[in-house]
Amino acid sequence: MIAGGIGRVRLMAAVAAAKGMSLAIRVSRRGGGTATPGLVADRIDPNLIASVTSTLPDGVVIVAGTNGKTTTSRLVASLLDAGGKRVVHNRSGSNLVRGVATVLALEASVSGKIPADIAVIESDEAAFPQLVSLTKPRMVVLTNLFRDQLDRYGELATIANLWAPALATLDPEASIVLTGDDPGLVAVAADSPARKIHVSVDPGGYALAELPHAADSATCRVCGTDLSYTTLTISHLGDWYCPACSWKRPEPDALATNVRLDGVDAAGATLRFGEEPLIDLRIQIPGLYSVYNMAVAATATRELGVPAGTISRAVGDFSTPFGRLERFTVNGRNITLALVKNPVAFNETLRMLAGGPEGLSLPTLIAINDLDADGRDVSWLWDVDFEILDSGESVVSTTGIRAADMANRLKYAGLDIGRIRLLSQDLRAGLHAFVASVPEGERGFVLATYTAMLGLRQVLVDDGVARAYWEE
Amino acid sequence: MRLTIGWLYPTRMNIYGDRGNVIAMQRRAEWRGLETDVRHIELGDPVPEEIDLFFFGGGQDQEQIAVARDLAGRKGDALKAAVESGAALLSVCGGYQLLGREYRPHDAEPLPGIGLFDVETVAGSERFIGNVIVDTQWGELVGFENHSGLTFLKGDARPMGTVRVGRGNNGVDESEGVLYRNAIGCYLHGSLLPKNPVLTDWLIGAALERRGFQLPLLELDDQFEREAKISAMDRAVKTR
Repeated sequence: MIAGGIGRVRLMAAVAAAKGMSLAIRVSRRGGGTATPGLVADRIDPNLIASVTSTLPDGVVIVAGTNGKTTTSRLVASLLDAGGKRVVHNRSGSNLVRGVATVLALEASVSGKIPADIAVIESDEAAFPQLVSLTKPRMVVLTNLFRDQLDRYGELATIANLWAPALATLDPEASIVLTGDDPGLVAVAADSPARKIHVSVDPGGYALAELPHAADSATCRVCGTDLSYTTLTISHLGDWYCPACSWKRPEPDALATNVRLDGVDAAGATLRFGEEPLIDLRIQIPGLYSVYNMAVAATATRELGVPAGTISRAVGDFSTPFGRLERFTVNGRNITLALVKNPVAFNETLRMLAGGPEGLSLPTLIAINDLDADGRDVSWLWDVDFEILDSGESVVSTTGIRAADMANRLKYAGLDIGRIRLLSQDLRAGLHAFVASVPEGERGFVLATYTAMLGLRQVLVDDGVARAYWEE
Repeated sequence: MRLTIGWLYPTRMNIYGDRGNVIAMQRRAEWRGLETDVRHIELGDPVPEEIDLFFFGGGQDQEQIAVARDLAGRKGDALKAAVESGAALLSVCGGYQLLGREYRPHDAEPLPGIGLFDVETVAGSERFIGNVIVDTQWGELVGFENHSGLTFLKGDARPMGTVRVGRGNNGVDESEGVLYRNAIGCYLHGSLLPKNPVLTDWLIGAALERRGFQLPLLELDDQFEREAKISAMDRAVKTR
């Protein structure tokens, strides 16, 4: 009893400290204040995340994966909200342990209770094991596992080695909703006692002809043979099988078919669960990636009891998380800003541009930074297939700390020198020069790494074009 | 005239954008009017006789074991013979380690290399990560290191250069890489060659010379290459 009493006091102190800290940061205009208050709260009560989430009647859903976790977790939260659940969610993309602690502390009452039914937690790859152990999730949603920021995590195998033991600790009553088209994910989840729900996409005419260069080599977890594919969707995702033994893509519990991609505007698909009625999905975010994101989110929320009609409607109403793909009007130009954080995401964005009605004729700006959150090593630019651009006519401009590396990459991709414009490293000067080069009333496309995206967005906020992300 | 490039294990030894080196070899030869032919040499494939210029990149640990096994014996001998007869070669990170005498992990059997380079690598406890500047016979080179293996030069082995910024082969003796005839081993990703065209041209020139062509390579406009190198050097100085 005495220990419980002290624990409660510490929790209350932690919540109060985090709230005070966040207020102070916002008043002093130093930024979004999404991580520091959590760090303080975490110091005071390391058990805050566990205590606060244990009181939620519908438990915790954790969303993780290399690409699409922010969009997917927001979708899951939106669909649950549309289904009448009160949801707590780390919306600002603050997905490390302390970011999650911040969100929970700010939402909690001073006594440490949250006025919510369920938590949807987006987790960073490295934070995943700790968040699983702290929250004991009823559901884990895994989008995919790609090569990303290798200088931060070491090798891809390291992430898999971190995840497999964490998944093995899940309750047998828990479920894992995962992309069955990703052989690496299927292998990582294989030994978990939780129930697995596999989601696949039948790309129809949008299948890839061959395994792209950036794809991670996928080998059979049983016998080590290189995997083969009946169809490929993105990178190493597809309908895979081992040519030497019986390991193959699990029979899909949910299959997205009838895929329709509308260039840089939207994507649609029909989601099928065995013999049950279909769900029609259409989302205002382009690309085959969006099909995966909405199929996984729809499958997860259907499993959590949201009706099919609600899912369909809420997916249609969904708007993009900041910077993932946003549209702005800047001085009469229509500028689209997209985040490109690794070769696979970059390739998909280029494919999406190539598939749009304007094809590869849109003026494009590529902003590359090399800070910690971007990956300090810009080598990955050489894994992206910029060669797809050499058939276009658009001028491609570059900005950011490593603008010159990017311009050089485009040169070696075969673009005529006249199509490459090396702009200032300074994002403000770079963006302004780019916007001025787009004819009035026309479209321009901006692709940026994580911190470059934040920097460009800040320029747009200062110019009065965008809202600060923590105000969303 | 044709330059034949042999890319060793492109599927398995392919990490941190190392293919940029092959793209650079290819483009800079083509910009001089040479034809190029890139041959992939995978597990089980022989080393073709006609290769002028080899590239061997880095890989994940698991892949390196399979590759070490594949290189043992006749294939490794063929590669060594090609270099002895003047073929040019660039190896980076894992490829560099496997061309040395051996690699000794923490808690597993030593992995034998083919001994083209008189170097040995032992697993270290710290990972060297960051931008690097190296002073070499071609001037300063810039790249990005990311390794925990410590490589030590033995006997008469000659380093590729001296580290000005960064950790290099082993973090102790300031050496980076190894140079033997027209073959280079080093830890520089980045990708290395696109930002250091002087080295790309040296490799192409050496490969052509072996075929009996003594031509100075045509000058190219290297403005973007220079700018990329300057910004990488700037990052090296500011971030380490």
